[in-house]
Amino acid sequence: MTDLTELYQQTIIEHNRSPRNFKKLEHANRTAEGYNAICGDKITLYLRLEDDVIREIAFQGSGCAISQASASLMTSAVAGKTKVEAQALFRAFHDMVAGGADAAADPGTLGKLAAFAGVRQFPARVKCANLSWHTLRAALAAAAEPVSTE
Amino acid sequence: MTTAHRATPRTRAARPAPEVATRRADFPLLATRVHGRPLVYLDNAATSQKPQAVIDAITRYYETANANVHRGVYSLSEHATAAYEGAREKARAFLNAREAREIIFVRSTTEGINLVASSFGRTNLGPGDEVLISAMEHHSNIVPWQLICEERGATLRVIPMNQAGELLLDEYERRLTERTKIVALVHVSNSLGTINPVREVVARAHARGIPVLVDGAQAAPHMPVDVQALDCDFYTVSGHKMFGPTGIGMLYGKAPRLEAMPPYQGGGDMIRSVTFARTTFAEIPAKFEAGTPHIAGAIGLGAAIDYLSRLDWGLVAAHEADLLAYASARLLEVPGVRLVGTAAHKASVISFVVAGVHAHDVGTIVDQEGVAIRTGHHCTQPVMEFFGVPATARASFAFYNTREDADALVAALAKVRQVFGG
Ligand SMILES: Cc1ncc(COP(=O)(O)O)c(C=O)c1O
Repeated sequence: MTDLTELYQQTIIEHNRSPRNFKKLEHANRTAEGYNAICGDKITLYLRLEDDVIREIAFQGSGCAISQASASLMTSAVAGKTKVEAQALFRAFHDMVAGGADAAADPGTLGKLAAFAGVRQFPARVKCANLSWHTLRAALAAAAEPVSTE
Repeated sequence: MTTAHRATPRTRAARPAPEVATRRADFPLLATRVHGRPLVYLDNAATSQKPQAVIDAITRYYETANANVHRGVYSLSEHATAAYEGAREKARAFLNAREAREIIFVRSTTEGINLVASSFGRTNLGPGDEVLISAMEHHSNIVPWQLICEERGATLRVIPMNQAGELLLDEYERRLTERTKIVALVHVSNSLGTINPVREVVARAHARGIPVLVDGAQAAPHMPVDVQALDCDFYTVSGHKMFGPTGIGMLYGKAPRLEAMPPYQGGGDMIRSVTFARTTFAEIPAKFEAGTPHIAGAIGLGAAIDYLSRLDWGLVAAHEADLLAYASARLLEVPGVRLVGTAAHKASVISFVVAGVHAHDVGTIVDQEGVAIRTGHHCTQPVMEFFGVPATARASFAFYNTREDADALVAALAKVRQVFGG
């Protein structure tokens, strides 16, 4: 039996209850919207990107605990990182929650994001964890269309 | 006040009608275990489980009777044709249609509605015309009408509902005008459980000569349906929600209506003669059944109808009313739970939200306890928007469910608090 406490780690519960960086960035120069059509999870991501560095990042949205905590922890993790570093983090995160058995990422590189390791045992919830990251990728690529994890 | 609130049963002891308790054993899947616990299946509005009789009928067809229909002169094909047309007669009796040719086999409710929207819409809708639906429709009774309205320059209008999830009949009356060409209404709402006053809605439309399509997907598993008594022009259901197979459904249409409509799809079986210059079409129902039909599905659906016709529907109704009242009352005992959809007249479908916890988290947590419920918008996004919730959790009970199933759900909901605190 998979253990619920592996999915709903304390870090996740806590970030869901009080999400960090939950606001609109008035002077953002990149925004992107993410939407999960099956769940109705929604986020809007605001970035201030300068010289390929994420100077500031914030989000607004609504959805399940996994999607909200993921957005909170993602924004905390990538703030101050370069585009390339953020993309590498996305790959590591994705491998951790949805990659093949051999793709298990080194938890060391992920820091607090390792709280989402339990998600891989709940395939229906992988999309929730990935939504904010897909949205980040869209924002970095300056995609104009809302992204969807479908 | 809802029925549920009025009749708050205090006894915890499950006492399913004896009829119902023995019927559980007819459904092999109900014996499954999930995460090491007995499955508590409360997602019947999404799809129902199948009795052994249905599973056997499908297997038997493929093992002993498989041949194409309406084509061969050999005896096997004649048998298959007789079984397929026999299923149509069962479907006629099930809906109490006048004639078997008024039953079109379709893939599902969705296809039934698309057939009418496209075929009726192409010939009856023009610029300035209106299609009237309700605020509680499933996407399958919204989108096909939007598509045809856009194509024909017509307008889609909506009958509003109140905070309980009941149609506002005065508002309905006000929206019936000489521009209204068809009314399309759900019989039982899949996200709110509301049972709509279909007879009344049909009578008011007919007073102005307007036809009515009824989406019966959620009604068929809960109550006997009589299309002549309802007097609706079209009625459509999905086999898989009424204990039959997926991939098969029925569309009932009054014969003169169906005869006046052009074909929906073209192909084999729906023609009288074909030349490159001109094709003449077969009579109904063949006109609307292009290509090889889902023969095994129709036979399986026929077996489901046979099964349902052996149930005592008075007992089923009493049992489901008890489940609705009992489960609603028990859910309201759980701190933070609020019901969405509190119509006075409801089927055993209960949508709810848990304060501060998203429905998907609720769904994942109760699944760990073996309880299967649906969470999300239930293909009724406008309903979610109306009630100001992103999603709901929904427990939908069939006649084979018991009070213990409701107890298991309530016990599982305690885990939600454990995980989320508060
Ligand atoms: C009220 C209602 N209408 C239509 C449908 C569509 O049924 P199907 O997916 O079988 O076509 C459903 C199924 O969820 C429903 O609940």
